[in-house]
Amino acid sequence: MSVVALPQEVSTVAGAPMSYWRTVAWRLARDRATLVAGAILLLIAVSALLAPWIAPHDPNAGSIRLRLAPIGGATHPLGTDEQGRDMLSRLLWGGRMTLVAGLTPVVVAFLVGTVLGVIAGYAGGLTNTLVMRTMDVFYAFPAVLLAIAISGALGPGLPNTLISLSIVFIPRVVRVAESATVQVKGLEFVAAARASGAGVWPILRHHLLANILGPVLVFASTQVSLSIILAAGLSFLGLGVTPPAAEWGLMLNTLRQSIYVNAIVPALPGLAIFVTSMAFNLVSDGLRDAMEIRS
Amino acid sequence: MSPTPGLEARGRTGTAPLLLTRGLRKHFPLRGGVLQRVQAWVRAVDDVTFDVKPGETLGIVGESGCGKSTLARLILRLVEPDAGSVWFDGEDVRRALPGRMKRLRRDMQLVFQDPYASLNPRLTIEAAVAFSLLVHGVGRAEARDKARALLGRVGLDPRLYGRRYPHELSGGQRQRVNIARALVLDPKLLLLDEPVSALDKSVQAQVLNLLQGLKTERALTYVFISHDLNVIEYVSDRVLVMYLGQVVETGTAEALAEAPKHPYTQALFASAPSMDPDRRMERPPIAGDPPNPIDPPSGCRFRTRCAFAMPKCAEVPPPPVTVAPSHDVACYLYEPATVPA
Repeated sequence: MSVVALPQEVSTVAGAPMSYWRTVAWRLARDRATLVAGAILLLIAVSALLAPWIAPHDPNAGSIRLRLAPIGGATHPLGTDEQGRDMLSRLLWGGRMTLVAGLTPVVVAFLVGTVLGVIAGYAGGLTNTLVMRTMDVFYAFPAVLLAIAISGALGPGLPNTLISLSIVFIPRVVRVAESATVQVKGLEFVAAARASGAGVWPILRHHLLANILGPVLVFASTQVSLSIILAAGLSFLGLGVTPPAAEWGLMLNTLRQSIYVNAIVPALPGLAIFVTSMAFNLVSDGLRDAMEIRS
Repeated sequence: MSPTPGLEARGRTGTAPLLLTRGLRKHFPLRGGVLQRVQAWVRAVDDVTFDVKPGETLGIVGESGCGKSTLARLILRLVEPDAGSVWFDGEDVRRALPGRMKRLRRDMQLVFQDPYASLNPRLTIEAAVAFSLLVHGVGRAEARDKARALLGRVGLDPRLYGRRYPHELSGGQRQRVNIARALVLDPKLLLLDEPVSALDKSVQAQVLNLLQGLKTERALTYVFISHDLNVIEYVSDRVLVMYLGQVVETGTAEALAEAPKHPYTQALFASAPSMDPDRRMERPPIAGDPPNPIDPPSGCRFRTRCAFAMPKCAEVPPPPVTVAPSHDVACYLYEPATVPA
């Protein structure tokens, strides 16, 4: 293949090109804060996953004689709660519950919200109005109030918590997905694809989704920490996970009464919530920076 | 008008036009208020009629906002016209069903103005060029090979550039990718919407030369839209001058450059920057901005800026008058010349 003319323009860029995802990985590998946060997140996830095997005690077996043992004991390294249950075991088991409660609603909202947002954004007109105004109704309520209202109506329990939190997060994802879709739809490369004779599906798949999934995913990941906090909040109010199951929010609630007896042990679930949501936030920030297209 | 304008035009000019439009019109509604009622209409394209013969380059020139880009989109039905018809290769484009439309779109392709927005940032340029082939059912490997071959032809070595993303390329390189993408389907007609106006002068010349080379090589027909008269004069066989959505004059590039008839065309050519000091003028030949297309002047739309405006101009829009062979002017200053039919 002969290259036609114009050597000066052609030779401006040299060297092997790097694929997009390799570039993202390369940037992430250089972002220390994101790496540390990611490592913490991985540690929390793995230890929650392995709770049945690594927890030293039964999380629900207590002893009246060992109530609120301080941190640093030989058998209970993180002390015990107000019923004498091992805190370390409860935190490990609680992590499972909390992560499920934090991630599931966001994943559901990401899937449902992206579909709704893309439909609304690409179809426009009446469909858009219908979808977006419905979302606005939900969006009008503060997130906590909406979650409490739906959970209150459905009753306590983990499945109901997940449903209510999904409903809280869907409108947010729809908004982001819709505005991203509208923005990308107006760009000339979409018109160019139509001019090539491409139908709706190839355009949605290769041109629209490819350009909006990144931003929507990053937005969704920022919502995980909020979801964890809301789930913990619902449990705290008695609308989420039911006792005696271990869940960080619930643990915070029951230990609250013991704060004057032992101030450190009741703070542990709060610390766990804080660290986990912080780590999620840092990782999503890092992802957003790494996925940005820069010239 | 006869039911098939293609046949009518063939009788007059000898060869059947590849593309012709008759009375093409698009008015965009401007909505406002609580109820989103139509407040006004932007008359982007109004009653545009022209022919393009196979193998020629028709230049379309006019100020920004005169409806040039909308016209290109109407021809491809990226925007549905309100009225009028488009005939391509003897076929009524506006009546084509979706399947047929897809087939027609292989044969007429559009090169966009903005080399930045017209490429998907998430596709490598190889994939961007191959995409249209995949849409038309060409196999993956064949599509890639064709895309790479064409990238090489437009001056981007596929080994060096194939896997690159648009943001790694310069404006001129991106426009080459756009040209490759448009040509990969082997179209007969290429609509070029300001293909070089976003580029530096030196790169403009390179891209224009590339386009000229491709045209002879592939027996293409061009509709070349630009606001730059120098570019239009350089590439076009015939030129169509637009003002506020209407055609004011059509003629060969030479005829328009040497003897422009319509006062607007005269002003346009007089205001084009020239290298010749004798051709430079004291005062700008045309003052002010074009009127708002939302509420264009009655009759001849140019009359508000025209030095020769007559009372008659405000009444009925002047119909096109043939002043010389294939030289039409829409102006009351001219009487039809006796042209052999």
